[in-house]
Amino acid sequence: MTSLALEIGRTAAPEAVMFWILAPLAVAAALGMLFAKKAVHSALLLAWVMITLAIFYIAEDALFLGIVQVIVYTGAVMMLFLFILMLVGVDSSDSLVENIRGQRPTAITAAIGLGGLIISLLGRATIGVEAIGLQEANSAGNVQAIAEELFTKYVWAFEVVSALLITAALGAMVLAHSTATKSRTAQRDQSIARFRGASLATAAGLPNSGVYSRHNAVDVPGLLPDGTPAPTSVSATLEARGDMLTSKPFELEVKEVEED
Amino acid sequence: MTTAELIGTDPGWISLVKGLLIFIVCVLATLMSVWGERRIVARMQQRLGPNRVGPFGLIQALADGVKLALKEDLIPKAADRIVFVIAPIISATTCFMSFAVIPLSGKVTLFGHKTVMQLTDIPVGVLYVLAIASVGVYGIVLAGWSSGSTYPLLGGLRSSAQVISYEVAMGLSLVAVFIYSGSMSTADIVAAQHQWWFCVTLFPSFVIYAISMVGETNRAPFDLAEAEGELVGGFHTEYSSLKFALFFLAEYVNIVAVSALATTLFLGGYHALPGLGFTENWLGGWFTVIWFLVKVVFFFFIFVWLRGTLPRLRYDQFMKFGWKVLIPFSLVWIVVVATLRVLSQQGAPRAVVLGFTIGVVLLVLAGSSLMESAKKRRVREDALGEVSAPNFPVPAIPSTLMKKETEQLNG
Repeated sequence: MTSLALEIGRTAAPEAVMFWILAPLAVAAALGMLFAKKAVHSALLLAWVMITLAIFYIAEDALFLGIVQVIVYTGAVMMLFLFILMLVGVDSSDSLVENIRGQRPTAITAAIGLGGLIISLLGRATIGVEAIGLQEANSAGNVQAIAEELFTKYVWAFEVVSALLITAALGAMVLAHSTATKSRTAQRDQSIARFRGASLATAAGLPNSGVYSRHNAVDVPGLLPDGTPAPTSVSATLEARGDMLTSKPFELEVKEVEED
Repeated sequence: MTTAELIGTDPGWISLVKGLLIFIVCVLATLMSVWGERRIVARMQQRLGPNRVGPFGLIQALADGVKLALKEDLIPKAADRIVFVIAPIISATTCFMSFAVIPLSGKVTLFGHKTVMQLTDIPVGVLYVLAIASVGVYGIVLAGWSSGSTYPLLGGLRSSAQVISYEVAMGLSLVAVFIYSGSMSTADIVAAQHQWWFCVTLFPSFVIYAISMVGETNRAPFDLAEAEGELVGGFHTEYSSLKFALFFLAEYVNIVAVSALATTLFLGGYHALPGLGFTENWLGGWFTVIWFLVKVVFFFFIFVWLRGTLPRLRYDQFMKFGWKVLIPFSLVWIVVVATLRVLSQQGAPRAVVLGFTIGVVLLVLAGSSLMESAKKRRVREDALGEVSAPNFPVPAIPSTLMKKETEQLNG
């Protein structure tokens, strides 16, 4: 363990152990995110990458950043992503057929370029450079230090970003909003419609689906008092899908008893 | 010596013992709270509740747990197997994690070592609890999605929307506490309440937190994610056996967790009731744990009371309440609190503080009375604009009577 710590230089032993356990996991999850076929799996792996990043931040004495990363990104942003992705359904996977010609080589070239840029930037900033001033910056407490920077030195940037975000949110709402072409039928309207309709047969609601001993299920029409099946008792969706079973009209078998 | 420093002197094995104790307390609390809830709800509904297994039916929950474990474990064909298995694990593991920062007692001696019953104290302790809660919701959401069935999916969707909305209100309600205690560490917040509990000084925050904690734990009247009348069982419809038991466990541990956080933030944590401060030294300080548990049980009773009393909200009403009532109200309240805090810190004369407070109260009263009268006017207009009566026999509608009266008045 000590040799491991020495290899990494100034990193303390427990931190090094944590790094070598979590970092491969994070990279594996990131790769998995790229190659997963289902969108929800990708989103989950991304959430995991975010959580490992948060753990790294905390280990690097950026406590506030780490926790806020989990609250904001994992808790809110990824949750919104999932919200949308879940609507896609469990058994659909993304089609991997290319629609735009030459998309793959372009994307790979751009990715390699961006990767190289980031690696060289990070390398210049970290390799052979001693990080100083962390103790000093955190001397009044991590949260207090961030608050002071945010509300004094960077207050303008902070406000501009918040204005930008609010504008974006409002813009999204305006774009997504559409005036209804007809007014929404409320409970009251529905109730009036039921009673003012041509027949009062469905005034108390539609009949239930098959609830007798053989077919206690939503896809079998229930029987009316006269023994005939009631087609309105099964959801129109099931009927359209062809998932509806038929129920035999009920017939009294009294004759056979008499013959015996 | 601050709590954080005191915890810092703990040897590793003490931390292990504390972790184990907290875990045992949580599991026991779950078993007891399942029993307690059923008994209390039964009383409220004029029944007896479980009273067969053990004295007063005390180990009914244990019997139920064994029954659940012995049931067949089904995984639906349409389910996404991996996520389906991971979801309950996420729920059940995260719910325990928030207890790490909850201070359960004052200074006590544990196996001859002076410490406090709190696993760790971090400067952003309360935010940590929020973060854990937001990860815990993944369990519910993923369970809903991975089941591959419509009702669970609806439950999962509802849950994710619900948690995002109510977490905002919850976070905002905590801001006032942070402003007044000057810290986000749970130990410091409890210490800041040695004289006045925040549920008195910051009453509006307390109300907002209390409402949003019910929303956050998916409990009645906000249990829309598992609304059994509409969604069968909601997100856990397809779960059975131990996987269902994990969700069950998570729900109750979560109730205890939010109650514990509410106790810590607003009810003075492990401090005794005002005037009973001398009891804090009884049993070598361990009596504070009893005070803490009493307050948690109080919150738990409120949870059960709500469930026994209120009908479930309709989903759109629930969302409207969160976004249009709780969040704007907390924003205004934060501005008021921050102003008061700055005024008092900069030594403003008492007259200014009093004037500001009275001004705010008057503004709120004026606004609410304006809204009230507008509402009344709208109701009256609606009643007057009533369409002709239906042509089948119905009892007289009050609005028609009112119309006649107005006609008579107008001549």
